[in-house]
Parts: sequence; C-alpha cells; structure tokens
Amino acid sequence: MSRLSFARTFVRVVLLSVSLVSGLFAPALARAESLKMAVTTSFNNSGLSDILLPEIKKDLGLDVQLLIVGTGQALRLGQAGDVDAVLVHSRAAEEAFLAAGYGTHRREIMYNDFVLIGPKSDPAGIAGAKTAVEALKKIAAAKVPFVSRGDDSGTNKKELSLWKSAGMDSSGFGSWYRAVGAGMGASLNTASGMNAYIMSDRASWLKFANKGDLKLLYAGDPVLFNQYAFIPVNPKLHPQVKTDLVAKLETWLTSEKAEKIINDYKINGEKLFVFNAKR
Amino acid sequence: MVSPLLPLRIEGAVVRRGARVLLGPVDLTIEGSGLTVVLGPNGAGKTSLLKVMHGLERLSEGRISHAVDLAEARRREAYVFQTPIMLRRSVRQNLAYPLQLIGRPAEEIRVETRKWADRIGLARSIETQAPRLSGGEKQKLALARALIRKPDLLFLDEPCANLDGHATREIEELLLAARDSGTRIIMATHDLAQAKRLATDAIFLLNGAVHERGDANSFFDAPKTSETRSFFKGDIVV
Amino acid sequence: MSDIFNGLAAAFWLIVTLDANLVEISLRSLQVTLSALAIACVFAFPLGTWLAVQRFRLRRTAIATLNALMGLPPVVVGLVVYILLSRSGPFGVLGLLFTPTAMIIAQVIIITPLVASITHQAMRDLWAEYHDLLISLKTTKMQRIRTLIWDGRRTLLTAALAGFGRAIGEVGAIMIVGGNIDHATRVLTTAIALETGKGDFALALGLGFVLIALALAVSIVSHWLSQTEREGRW
Repeated sequence: MSRLSFARTFVRVVLLSVSLVSGLFAPALARAESLKMAVTTSFNNSGLSDILLPEIKKDLGLDVQLLIVGTGQALRLGQAGDVDAVLVHSRAAEEAFLAAGYGTHRREIMYNDFVLIGPKSDPAGIAGAKTAVEALKKIAAAKVPFVSRGDDSGTNKKELSLWKSAGMDSSGFGSWYRAVGAGMGASLNTASGMNAYIMSDRASWLKFANKGDLKLLYAGDPVLFNQYAFIPVNPKLHPQVKTDLVAKLETWLTSEKAEKIINDYKINGEKLFVFNAKR
Repeated sequence: MVSPLLPLRIEGAVVRRGARVLLGPVDLTIEGSGLTVVLGPNGAGKTSLLKVMHGLERLSEGRISHAVDLAEARRREAYVFQTPIMLRRSVRQNLAYPLQLIGRPAEEIRVETRKWADRIGLARSIETQAPRLSGGEKQKLALARALIRKPDLLFLDEPCANLDGHATREIEELLLAARDSGTRIIMATHDLAQAKRLATDAIFLLNGAVHERGDANSFFDAPKTSETRSFFKGDIVV
Repeated sequence: MSDIFNGLAAAFWLIVTLDANLVEISLRSLQVTLSALAIACVFAFPLGTWLAVQRFRLRRTAIATLNALMGLPPVVVGLVVYILLSRSGPFGVLGLLFTPTAMIIAQVIIITPLVASITHQAMRDLWAEYHDLLISLKTTKMQRIRTLIWDGRRTLLTAALAGFGRAIGEVGAIMIVGGNIDHATRVLTTAIALETGKGDFALALGLGFVLIALALAVSIVSHWLSQTEREGRW
C-alpha cells in the first residue's frame, strides 16, 4: 500500500516537474524573434524601457531582452559577443570599443543629464556653484561624505572625468570618498543611508523611492549632459549576432515614433530625455 | 542433479582483532545432514565461527573450502542474525527481497511470499511494515526470508535469544521442518535445553577453539571433558 | 517599520490580485529550481549512497571534498559558469548564457554537493543497519545502492528539501549567468535585488514574502508527503 502510494506520489512529482520544465522552454520556442541588448542601469531605472519595449514588440514583433549592467560591463558583453547590441553612455569608452573593432558603428539616440544630489542642509554649499567642477571642488574642500559608483559604469566614468577636470585625483581622497562598486540604485540607497553627496543621472534620481533626507542640489551645466549611443556588435567577430534584427531595432529607435515617445516621456511632470538621433 | 555443497572444510582458521584472538586456530569439517549446535560460554567465539563459515568475517590465517566454488557456495547459504535485521518495507517485500535479488519471475515470487507468510503466521499482516512487528514475528520473518531461497546450508546465531517460549517453539518447528527437507543447519545457542531438543550433533567452543565435538547422544549424555561437564551443570567455565 | 508594513501590504496585493508579473516570476523561480533539483538529485542520491557503501583508499578525502564543496560560494560558481558559457568561452557556441538553462546549470553545481553530502550522512546510518544482511545475501554494489535509496527515501526527501531551500533563495550565481532579463531570466531573488536597487523596498519586500511563502509551502508539502508515507509504519 505505502509502496504503491509512494510510487504514485513519485510519478506525480516527476510529471509535475517535467510539465514545469517543458512550460519553461515552450514560451522560448514560441517566441519568434528575440535579441539581447546590454543597457545601462540608468537607462532601465528611468522606466523608459518599460514603454519602449512593448512598442517595439508591437511594431516589429521583436522581443528585446535587456541586460541591465554598467557601461563597462555592457561593452564587455558586446566584446564577448554575449549580446547583439549595446546602448550606453560613455563616449571615450565607446570610441575605444569601436576602434578595437568590437562594434560596427555608433549611433547617437538621445541624451539626458546628470545631477548632483546631497543632504538638504547642503553642508558643502554646492547649490550656488557656477559649474559642476566648482561644486565638486566644494565637496572635496569640505570633506563631506561622497558616494561614488566605483563600478566602471558610464556614470562613474563621467564622475571621474569631472574630478580630473577639477585637477584632483579621486584615488588620493580620504575616507569621505566612498566608492561602493554598485549600480545606481544601490549607490543611491547607500548615499541615502549615509546622508552623503552623490552624482546620479536624473532619471534614476526621479524614480528613486528611498530619497530620505536627500535633495537635488545642482544641475544644468552642459558638461553634465549624458549622451546615449546605440552600437551593434560586430558580426565579423561573432557570426551568431542577429544583424538583421539589430538593424531593424536601430531603424525603429531613430524613427519619428521613437522620437515622440522619448521626448514625451516624463516622470513627476519632468521631461527626462532629449531625442537627438540624426536620420 | 545439483552437485553437493558439503563438505565444508575449515583449516587452521584464525580471526584476530588487533592483538586479540577471537577465534582459532580451528580445524573443522561440516558434512552430512542434520542440525549442528554450536555451544559455549559468552565470548567463546560462536558468532565468529558462524561468520567465518559464511564469509562475513575475514580470516587472519587459514582457509575455508567447499565442494563447489566459493561464489556458488555463498549463493546456496543463508544466515539469520541474533538481532533480526528488518528491511524498512512490508512483510511481503521483506520475503520477496532475496528472490528479487536473484531475478526470479514475478509469479514465483508472488506464490512463494504468500506461502511463507502463511507458514510463519503472518499472512494477515503481509502488508504490515516489518519494523513494526513484535520481536518474535521479526525473527520468524528473518528465518522465512533466509529459507525462501531454499538454502543448502543455514546459519543461525542465537535466533531465540530474546524470545518467549511460544515464539521459540514456532521457530524450532520451522527449523526442524527445514532440516527434514534437507537443509543443513548450523546454530549457535547457549540454551542447553534447546540444543538438546534440536541437535543431531554438537560443537563445544572454549576460548575460540573447538574443545569437544560429538553426536548429540554421546555429547549430552557423556561429555568427555571436565569443562563441558561444568558448562552443562551451569558452572562458569574459563 | 513602515517599510515592513508596506512590504506586507504590497505582498498581499500582489498575491490577491494574482499579479501577472509575480505569477510569471514565481513560476520561473520554481521551474529553474525544481529542474536544477531534479538533475542534482539524479547525481547526488547515487553518489552519496555509493560513498556510504563503498570502501576505497581516498574515501575520506572524497567525503571531505564533498563537504568542502557544500560551501562553494555561489558567486564564484556563477562567474565560472559565466566564463564557460560566454560566447568567447569554451561552450560559447551553445548560446546558453543568459538563458534559464544557464541558471539551472549553475544551481546544479551549487546544490549537488549539498544534497550528496546529506544523502551520504543518512545512508551511512542505514547502511550500518543493513550491512550484515545485504552482505549475507550476496548483493551486488548496484543492488545495495538501490536498496538503500529506496528504503531511505524519506531521508532523501529531507536532502532534496535542503537543496531546494538553497537553490530557491540563491541570487549571486543566477544573477550573473541569467542576467535578470525581464520575461526571460528574471526570478524572485533577482527581481528583489532589482527592486532594492530602485529603492522600492515595499515591492522588494513583497516579493521577498512571496519567496518565503513559496519555500514554506514546498517544505510543508514535502513534510506532508513524508507523513503520509509514515502512516502504517513504525
């Protein structure tokens, strides 16, 4: 009796797992076309992808699978051929990527901007700064806590380049400078917890739900503009790359429809992105 | 005609555990038919002797030989342990297990398990989980499981050590039936009355060595050595 | 405090409204973990039992290694699987990186030593009980392993459950090899990491409660199964 019932239970469990597993692969088979694109955390955090992807699916019948990583890792994924295209924002790194032959070309799509966030009391007094560099100099002079992404992302690269413009080397900073080695959201969480200054893209900041005592203190310097570019991975190096689909996607992203969606996208009534692709 | 398993010869057998000698040296021949009891005080080496004969205990010295090759001999032997080992399965599955191991057809297994369950009075508890049986039922089941392959040679290590009179009698009846149908039986016991009831011949072990051996009649009525006599009287033998 | 309350409320709403995303993510979590568990058990049960039954010179070393492998850091497993499956790695042609299959592979590596080690401990005791009988009956190695697995199946359920618990709550490895792609490789744990990243603690906690509930449910079901199994037993 018990042996029988056990056998029956066992068979049931096996059948259940088999059906679960087959259920797992069935949708993947049913899906006609998909491609993988590495995008930056800031792009995904903006929420724009949640609007763009369903439209792409509707117009092209294409599933764009997003790998959300920092710019550094996004380019590594492209270099290894693990994705079909990248959408990133760090011009110098993108050009090095193209120069090495990992991508076919670079197509600018849109830009948003970086902002400086800090405690409401603004102990370093950056709110009145004239330029972004001046604001950073004030933070360094006051030695107030500053959280850096420290993850080789586009945002991180931009921040480091600004310190350089200010004539300072971030590796020589004292303990007030905290490189956390994390994504934008996690870094914002850290800054919120420590009540520290941090540089963020505007979209991540607006979407961020755990603001605590933090406030947007400085923005607007053109040096803080953040250009997003689309780079298809080179099919000569990686023949499995879905070049046709990538080309379709690029055409769509630079279309008038995409322009409208991107320019109209707002969080809390604030416009985030400016479409600037050349057709 | 199957070639006979016996005689079983033991020559110069010694079992050591570290520096301690558990058994031996023993020279012994088992042949013919009937039921041999192995007697002796605790620690005399009864269990070791049975295990050596069945190949459960490795010899430190000496050798064992059968009339057939070793693998064939082992297939035709069975062993019942002092504490019955029950598989965590039903009575029926415990009985079927030795037959399943040697790939007997399902129909034969079905018939045999039913027959043996009947014989040991467990037909109505055939689907009971064996570990839930009483001590006596467990030992009867262990014996039936040993007999189900119809062994030529059966070893029993104090099978009735922890049983009441009723269960003991049932076990003895099964043993006599097996003996009469041609199974050669070697049984260790320290129950002198039981030995007298069942034995056709007897071996008296003392300090790991065969001290005395003889036919049941002469052995029990006129033991040759003083140690055997004191053992029969219930004295402590050293 | 209010975060926890909001989390509970979020979890409650996600569940009562049968949020489509939540259902999809939870099912994928179960699919990945149960597949990995099934594969791991196929290897681990016989391996653990064999280690209990077989005497050989390096047995102690093998068991010690197995126990050490239980502590494999998932992140490192994830990284190694990632490198192996990357297009530029040795198994790149299979195109498995960032698929549920890659996640299953990583989880199999993580939980097989755990399941095998627990199996070994349980089987060692059962083998001690059965040893004399199975030797006397002249069983082959295979017969011994099969007998022990069958008769020890209830303890194997415990071993499988431990494997399930480790796999379902794992995030480091599957984040790396799965990529946390929405509608493709996002599971409960990676979704929690993502929502935490967005600072949306309520949703993250809500998903967390669902994860805990799932683990509890599976644990209760297996416990119940073993109870049924025990009926009519000692």
